[in-house]
Amino acid sequence: MSARALINVPRKAKRGEVIEIKTLISHIMETGFRHGTTGELIPRDIITSFTCKYNGEEIFATQLYPAIAANPFVTFHTVATESGTLAFHWIGDNGFEMTEEAKIAVE
Amino acid sequence: MKSSRRLFLAGAAAVTLLPFAAEATPEELAAAIKEVTGGAELRTGKVTLDIPPIVENGNTVPMTVSVESPMTADDYVKAIHVFNEKNPQPNVVSMQLGPRAGKAHVSTRVRLAGTQTLTAIAEMSDGTYWSDSQEVIVTLAACLEDLI
Repeated sequence: MSARALINVPRKAKRGEVIEIKTLISHIMETGFRHGTTGELIPRDIITSFTCKYNGEEIFATQLYPAIAANPFVTFHTVATESGTLAFHWIGDNGFEMTEEAKIAVE
Repeated sequence: MKSSRRLFLAGAAAVTLLPFAAEATPEELAAAIKEVTGGAELRTGKVTLDIPPIVENGNTVPMTVSVESPMTADDYVKAIHVFNEKNPQPNVVSMQLGPRAGKAHVSTRVRLAGTQTLTAIAEMSDGTYWSDSQEVIVTLAACLEDLI
């Protein structure tokens, strides 16, 4: 399954600075509580987990439920400790998986 | 005659309310909160749940949770959990933070199936739990409408 993810990470930061990270991923987030035209229950299809790793170390994790709106948008903060890569990973129903990376230069 | 009319009205009211039978029960909400806190005392304060008091469309409601914490290695916010009363499932989102977050301030967008109270709970590194609740009035509910 293909999805589009948008990541907003400052390209440069000062050491020790608290930076905001914004993430958005395209996904229908079908709740599993709705009925289709013929009355059958539409099976759940949501993103269940999202994690962010800063140079391999997990700095943020979240569990998502059907109460999260379509195209999950999540923002959080982290301390810019060193230059490197922020890796974002989404996992969902029906084998959904998506990985995205962003680079940050810390001076 | 009168009684049958009343009966009809009561029946009509029941039918109208029927679609909302899918909401989580207060017991389910209490159980979901207990699963997170382990029965620990829930204190009010430190947490700020920021959500518009009135929304037109429950399908996407911006929500921000911030927690007062120095976010140092020995005093930080471990996790933030958000619960609702009236969606089919009491959980909204759970987020794990750590001292590296620098600031306990997260936001996302949620779905709300009708007017209800949302509760945000913060789990601190010292084992205490803090909470904040906000009522949201929703004009157009999410989740329960069927595809046409």
